Amino acid sequence: MIDNTKTSVSIRNLSLSFGSVQVLQEMNLDVKYGEFIVLLGPSGCGKSTLLNCIAGLLDVTGGQIYISGKNVTWEEPKDRGIGMVFQSYALYPQMTVRKNLSFGLRVAGLPREEIDKRVKRASEMLQIEPLLDRKPANLSGGQRQRVAIGRALVRDVDVFLFDEPLSNLDAKLRADLRVEIKRLHQRLENTMIYVTHDQIEAMTLADRIAIMRDGIIQQLDTPHEIYNRPVNLFVAGFIGSPAMNFIKGDLKSRTFVADGVTLPIDHYAFQPGNEALNANAILGVRPEHVLVGEAANAVPVNFESEIEIVEPMGSDTIAWARIGTQEFTFRADAELNLEPGQKIRLGFDPARASVFDAASGERI
Amino acid sequence: MSNPATLSTNVALDAVKTDITLDGPHGPRPKPFFTPRRIILYSILFVACLYYLFPLYVMITTSFKTMPEIRFGNIFAPPIEFTGEAWSKAWSSACTGLTCQGLSPGFWNSIKILIPSVIISTAVAAVNGYGLVNWKFKGSEIFFAVLIFGSFIPYQVMLYPLVMLTREMGIFGTIPAVIMVHTIFGMPILTLLFRNYFASLPPELFKAARVDGAGFWRIFFEVMLPMSLPIVVVALILQVTGIWNDFLFGVVFAGTQNLPMTVQLNNIVNSAQGTPEYNVNMAATMLTGLVPLIVYFVSGRLFVRGVAAGAVKG
Repeated sequence: MIDNTKTSVSIRNLSLSFGSVQVLQEMNLDVKYGEFIVLLGPSGCGKSTLLNCIAGLLDVTGGQIYISGKNVTWEEPKDRGIGMVFQSYALYPQMTVRKNLSFGLRVAGLPREEIDKRVKRASEMLQIEPLLDRKPANLSGGQRQRVAIGRALVRDVDVFLFDEPLSNLDAKLRADLRVEIKRLHQRLENTMIYVTHDQIEAMTLADRIAIMRDGIIQQLDTPHEIYNRPVNLFVAGFIGSPAMNFIKGDLKSRTFVADGVTLPIDHYAFQPGNEALNANAILGVRPEHVLVGEAANAVPVNFESEIEIVEPMGSDTIAWARIGTQEFTFRADAELNLEPGQKIRLGFDPARASVFDAASGERI
Repeated sequence: MSNPATLSTNVALDAVKTDITLDGPHGPRPKPFFTPRRIILYSILFVACLYYLFPLYVMITTSFKTMPEIRFGNIFAPPIEFTGEAWSKAWSSACTGLTCQGLSPGFWNSIKILIPSVIISTAVAAVNGYGLVNWKFKGSEIFFAVLIFGSFIPYQVMLYPLVMLTREMGIFGTIPAVIMVHTIFGMPILTLLFRNYFASLPPELFKAARVDGAGFWRIFFEVMLPMSLPIVVVALILQVTGIWNDFLFGVVFAGTQNLPMTVQLNNIVNSAQGTPEYNVNMAATMLTGLVPLIVYFVSGRLFVRGVAAGAVKG
């Protein structure tokens, strides 16, 4: 049933409940060797819980976990071949950086030379050699997180687990360390499972993203697919900033009617079998896919609107207009110098839009 | 007469002046130290201090006086003939019941009771607290609740059952019996203390150590214990003072050969024979109180820090 040659981490019908609260529900997930998977979702969606289950820090209520083909559901964390990095760094405060790095190796009873060798290699990789004899209290946030990554690194594991590792850092450091983690992944080529609520981290790091909500994976796909073809309203609204426009209306024989405005969406790539569907629907358009002014006339859907609010962001401008009576946000070039009250032509290509069933929220 | 240049400098100076006044000290006017409020407050505090310190003063002066001087009656007067005789008598030759060796045997008995009781109770409670926080088992919350409930049961209720228990174990009337009883009675409060402290540490530390492969004892000794100095100090102080000051368990369980200092002090002070020697009584009391007093003075600051640390989170 499980192909050992391809899956590094495999989760089968995993369930977990705390009392009557079901945190994970019949979860299935296959992670390939060397893959970078990001678990993304709002607070309380169960992403950290799932990671803790994989690490063996939480006992599951049902289902199995396989790592490198071995059923580890009831194994101790140390026997699972995993290394873990925590949001709060979790460095042992009374130990020096060197002792922190080597703790796991000393527990495992490795010979001294081997420990020194591995600590040296990891500290070189993460450029923390000058810090080896310091205590964690004397390190900055970024340095602490490097040490925490190093602690996972020295253990020579198959699977790295990251639990929101960058959330405690400021924006600049976060960007730096993000690149660092990506570089590390390219160099080590081992499996990484990374939990975050930051969609930028997810988009930039992941080979595949698993978007979670209420203990269920909503969509598991590449960042590109998740961004361009979200499977439901939740995923569509969660990914992207500013958020996708949701226009309520009716879908009738390949035209979308919203508040009397008729939008021909012939070019939209319907899910197989849905081409002739007539239903209450929601049309999703990303603000950055909206064309403004002359350019709008070149795409199948275009309409006239009046700008209400303008938010200059420097590189570009977010503006608020209306389609019919419904709010419609779009991103425009800052050079256009948009003004509130200005009449403007807006348009978008239906091929890049998403249509969802208003009742179920699923992509049509 | 004034050329434009000086005029402009004047203007500039004015500007600087106004800047200075704007940048000067501001905020509400500082209050004088002696406000009526403060005078009343400090007077009350001062009187309260005197009230508490007077008995101590009387004890110390009396212990350095001779008996004739005490009989003279002026208890607040400082000693005219300063003598340490009462202290040495209290330590080595005052009569405690049948024997007349002073408090010194009691002191050593107390030490023999104190050190093992403090170490055992603190060590067991630390492991208890750590286990209750980090290695939750089915019913661990109930176990903890029962333990805490135990601290509300009056000692007297458990006294006789414990006498029977220690008698059955064959240790009644020996020092191990007192040690056992102290360890049992210290358990609820100390466990609560350690549990709260360990609960206040970030749980990720424990998880990280688990991932690193460390087990129950290794995490306890290498990760948790080195971080718990403040709370260990609090536990030590509580236990040292509590056990040192104990009278009841000592008199019941220790046996006549092993009576602790507090019991012997009682025997000196309440001795029915001869005239009461107030100076010896006072000196003996001071001697007995010295240990907890020293502990408080030496560790005051650590104690406060530890209590604050243990108070975080329930």
